[in-house]
Amino acid sequence: MSNLFDLLVAGLATGAIYALVAVGFTLLWQTSQTINFAQGEFVMLPAFLMLAAMHAGAPFWLAIILGILLSMLLLGLAFKMLLVDPMLRHGVLPLAIATMALAIGIKEAVKQFFSAEASPFPSIVPTGDISILGHAVSLQSIGVLVLAILAVFGLTSLLNRTSLGHQMQAAAQNPTVARIIGVPVERMILLTFLINAFLVALASLLITPIYLAKFSSGEVLGQAAFIAAIVGGFNQVRGAIAGGLLIGVLDNLAAAYVSTQYRAAVPMIFLIAVILFRPQGLLGRAEERTV
Amino acid sequence: MKSTLVAGALLAFATATSVHAQAIKLADVAELSGGGATVGTNWKNGIDLAIEEINAKGGVLGRKLEVTHADSQSNPGVARAQVQKALDAEPYVLLGPGYSGSVKVTAPLAAEAGIAQIMGGEAAELTQAGNKFLFRTSFGQQSSMPKVAKYIHDDMKAKTVAVVWVNNDFGRGGRDVVVKELDRLGSKVVADLSTEAGQADFAADVGKIKAANPDAVFVYLNEEESARILKELKRQGVTAPLMGETTLIGQKVIELAGDAANGARGHVGLTTDAPVDLIKAFRDKFAKKYNYVPDHNGLKGYLAVYMVKATTEKMGKVDSKAFADTLHGLTIKAADEPGILMDVTFSETGDIDRQSFLVEVVEGKQVVKQVLPKVK
Repeated sequence: MSNLFDLLVAGLATGAIYALVAVGFTLLWQTSQTINFAQGEFVMLPAFLMLAAMHAGAPFWLAIILGILLSMLLLGLAFKMLLVDPMLRHGVLPLAIATMALAIGIKEAVKQFFSAEASPFPSIVPTGDISILGHAVSLQSIGVLVLAILAVFGLTSLLNRTSLGHQMQAAAQNPTVARIIGVPVERMILLTFLINAFLVALASLLITPIYLAKFSSGEVLGQAAFIAAIVGGFNQVRGAIAGGLLIGVLDNLAAAYVSTQYRAAVPMIFLIAVILFRPQGLLGRAEERTV
Repeated sequence: MKSTLVAGALLAFATATSVHAQAIKLADVAELSGGGATVGTNWKNGIDLAIEEINAKGGVLGRKLEVTHADSQSNPGVARAQVQKALDAEPYVLLGPGYSGSVKVTAPLAAEAGIAQIMGGEAAELTQAGNKFLFRTSFGQQSSMPKVAKYIHDDMKAKTVAVVWVNNDFGRGGRDVVVKELDRLGSKVVADLSTEAGQADFAADVGKIKAANPDAVFVYLNEEESARILKELKRQGVTAPLMGETTLIGQKVIELAGDAANGARGHVGLTTDAPVDLIKAFRDKFAKKYNYVPDHNGLKGYLAVYMVKATTEKMGKVDSKAFADTLHGLTIKAADEPGILMDVTFSETGDIDRQSFLVEVVEGKQVVKQVLPKVK
């Protein structure tokens, strides 16, 4: 049982990353009905932008800033203007397919212009352990967990406690009415894309020291975050957070107490159970459509 | 005068075409992307370096070597399709793949075409199926794992061992042989853990190892996962000595794992840190050309091409049908063919016999602790 505490902390740290990425799914869905199947690649790319900056001679702190800014430019602004806006008028399905193509394009571009091999990536959290309740807990796990919680807390505070956040929610819930009452809906939607780009850049910064920088690393992450978003509730930010943490912990506990061989199957079984018995997700709200 | 010029031009064209046609065509299918990208990239670069060297010295029997590279995407299904495509072009010899799973599904195709396949896979079963066209560039697990088990039992004095392996053909093959050998020698396997290729989080696996409290841990994963588990083993404070094979202590693993790789030991059939002058020279040439130090897969790719050269020169002709027959039972001496790097003998099953090494990672570098002689 002493192992349980370590497994919980490690699972929560991984789950917090899934939550960051899953929040992006729900944000984009709420504001622009976009399911971004390149979300995993969006997490992979910022690490390579930062590595490229470091290879060009920038110190790590500057590379982080450049990486985040470039991510917001490419994965937020350019993604919206060049792909989502032109494709959305054709419907959700063509847009979803376009994001799949984008995922392949990003992966191949990184492979071609950087490397097919994994690269080490520095950690912003120092290595080593601290003692909590007699357990040696990795500083990296704690750091990842704390930073991810801070980011999510900042986001929910922005959404729920500021005028800007209220405008964003209004734009998401009913753009027509929001426009009538003077909310700059287009600007709010753009802001959502920029926030998603910031979150994936942060996730990239936190997780790449553990996952290693590799062109294919977004595949696993995107899939886990997608499951997390569905499990928690695709239309609720808090659902995505809960789903992310749950999948992270479940994965580790399944590996330890069920079977390492079938660990990948456990979240999938959980996903199927949720879809069967609560299709709107654990914390999501049911959406009805009148025809 | 005009007709003479035309005739001359035609002759020059025909000569050029003829020279081009005389190139010896090799086909390579490797893991250039996906989970085995490190393996495939090193393998490919080793091949290209060898071909460049050989062609610069006039080629093989006066003919240049040419190679086409295809990407298996580290996927056996894709590898099979790529090998079929490569064989349709009727190459002299097929090179690759590096992953045992991919070799397993492609070897029957090459055998059916009667083309020799020189590959990097290490799974024991590959050369035990009676395929007369399959050749290794390094030891199979049936040769390396008994040495590993013996070292764990005799030198590490481990009475209890945790075995952690990757759940694919490569990992399962190694696990099966090492567990059998440990059992035979009297070391008890107290944890037997399978992991997934591409797995990122090893907290639970290492937790199980820690709970089993073994005298030694045998780690048999692919390179990137090896680096991740080394980090986690260090983080969770596992102090039992770590033993592996080539994939645990390769250059890429050391680069990715950093300090966590220190102290890990492994048996390697090939290492660029071997105390062999020809290997040192190879390492320098490779690093100069590609700006990094290769792992064992770079050596494997390089050797594969020199196996082609030595065998062809032994035959004195370019004959893909006779190639496999000639390579079986052949001993190539480094004194005669420096590109082969160490004296090597190929058995009737396509297995390899030569010196091997026991290495330890010390301060981020492989240090050879023992040189193990050829078996025969």
